[in-house]
Amino acid sequence: MSLLAAQLPVLPIAIPLMVGSLLIIAGRRWPAGAAAAGLLALLANLGCAVALWQFTADGTVLPYLLGNWSAPFGIVLAIDRLAVLMLGVTAVVALACQLAALDGPLRQGPAFPALLQFQLMGLNGAFLTSDLFNLFVFFEVLLISSYALLLHRADRGALRAGLHYVIVNLLGSALFLIAVSLLYGTLGTLNMADLAARVPLASAADQPLVAAAGALLLVVFGIKAAALPLGLWLPGTYPAAPAPVAVLFAVMTKVGIYAIARVSTLIYGAGAGALAGFASPLLLYTGLATIIAGTLGTLAARSLRRLTAWLVVASAGTLLAALGSDTAASAGAALLYLPHTTFAAAALFLVAGTVAVARGPDLEDRIEVGNAPGRGVLLGSLFLFTAVAIAGIPPLSGFVAKLIVLDAVSDTPRWPLTWSVLLASSLAAVVALSRAGSTIFWKSPPSPQRVPVGRGALAALALLAAAGLAIVLWAGPLAGYMNAAGEQLAAPSAYISAVLAATGWVAP
Amino acid sequence: MELLVSSAIGLLTAGGVFLLLRARSFEVVLGLTLLSYAVNLFIFVMGRLAIDKVPLLREGVAPSLANHADPLPQALVLTAIVISFAMTAVLLVLALRSHAEYGSDHVDGAEPPAPEPRRRNP
Repeated sequence: MSLLAAQLPVLPIAIPLMVGSLLIIAGRRWPAGAAAAGLLALLANLGCAVALWQFTADGTVLPYLLGNWSAPFGIVLAIDRLAVLMLGVTAVVALACQLAALDGPLRQGPAFPALLQFQLMGLNGAFLTSDLFNLFVFFEVLLISSYALLLHRADRGALRAGLHYVIVNLLGSALFLIAVSLLYGTLGTLNMADLAARVPLASAADQPLVAAAGALLLVVFGIKAAALPLGLWLPGTYPAAPAPVAVLFAVMTKVGIYAIARVSTLIYGAGAGALAGFASPLLLYTGLATIIAGTLGTLAARSLRRLTAWLVVASAGTLLAALGSDTAASAGAALLYLPHTTFAAAALFLVAGTVAVARGPDLEDRIEVGNAPGRGVLLGSLFLFTAVAIAGIPPLSGFVAKLIVLDAVSDTPRWPLTWSVLLASSLAAVVALSRAGSTIFWKSPPSPQRVPVGRGALAALALLAAAGLAIVLWAGPLAGYMNAAGEQLAAPSAYISAVLAATGWVAP
Repeated sequence: MELLVSSAIGLLTAGGVFLLLRARSFEVVLGLTLLSYAVNLFIFVMGRLAIDKVPLLREGVAPSLANHADPLPQALVLTAIVISFAMTAVLLVLALRSHAEYGSDHVDGAEPPAPEPRRRNP
């Protein structure tokens, strides 16, 4: 293997780190150049995701030894189908975020491109690492950049939401550390593959402690994923973020979902002996409860952005319920639903942000009769398009994704409950979105002045729409890939042996 | 020593949780600090308590955990301390700005309305 191919797995972390560091210096002096350079780096990041997809599409798990220290002593990155999927989704959303921020590189602040790079580094690192403590560190990297993204150029409302967000996440970090050190104290390792191999060997006295650590991890990831009792910070935080940042945040709850999927299948998966799948019923019911809460929230929401935030909560519930149904097929269906909901929610946040600007500071995006936004036809069609996608009406991506989820859970014992909750929540989403759309676009008289829709926002929306359409057009191959990813998650032995047997890279 | 260390961790955690629930930003900062002290001690203890053992290999001493302290939790705790220090700094700045902006130390930015005195139904 050539040098570049051998170092490919670390590039999604290394590129944003280096580019971000340079942009800190460059951003203040040449804001436009910094934004362009950030855009190039994001394209390179997307390229890395595609290249890694080619290496791992056949089911190989690609390990990478940081500093050439072999597992379990060093930190190992491991790339499988799930990790590549998350890299790809994040790369697209980050690109959309930077495009949307191009409308006013100065309005978003000179630090924006650099902060976005650091956020991307944290996200990519969390998806790639195979070490639990390293996962904690990358969580902190992505969190501290998200605090900064949320709060720079913050107005009064964002400040309060940001304070809550930071406090909740700091508490989550403390719990994460307790869980990690509990696992180290009982099992003597932090490498996830090594943990998976050692969990079944835990003594009877240690088993409750290992289970407690798993439950704590579930709480921590539940905070990130906005699962029901832990996710109440989300509907206040996301609407307060500037529109491009809200686009990026659409992927943040998915980090929690990813971590739950990884830990519950790898460490507490089929090979965990007495502790195998101990959290699955909990995941299912938490997921269903989260869907119900999210749905009630969408019905009660008084602004478009808050409505979207509650839709994000409901989608996190759908993902949790599908993961908790605990079959390879349902995990695969969840993985197909994940990119759809990320793209659709990101697009809806962007549309809502544009509507808020177009209607002026008095009305913003409140669901009230008032001025219709200037450019009503363009914005209205964009809203219609994203609303149809996110609500799950044919022919767009939401329909395909929800259909596959319904089909995958149909042979699990709890399917009547799951079906009724999912279908009812889709209906409620249609009601809420059509009420919001008809109030803002139809019942309101057209606004006297026409505010142009920014080109960057349009480009970002086009990118997200293209990604959503790709899910519909290539639904068959994608579903096949996600199914294979689900099966790879359900049988983690290949992942474990690939990580533990990885040998270092030797210069040719 | 086990009793001393574990009760210290427990007390720190209890104090941290109590302060966190006070919903005043300054007390929340203190509470999170106490909680992070507790967590750091907990990480440290997970490498087992040992007296007179250093995590450094020496000539003539067999390199096993019977003769040495576990070095890994010490490295982990160092990382955790640095991160929690940085996060506390961020939170302090935020709490100060919030206080300046809203003129209130409450985490919601405004005092909650005082509960109305309960009246008996006539």
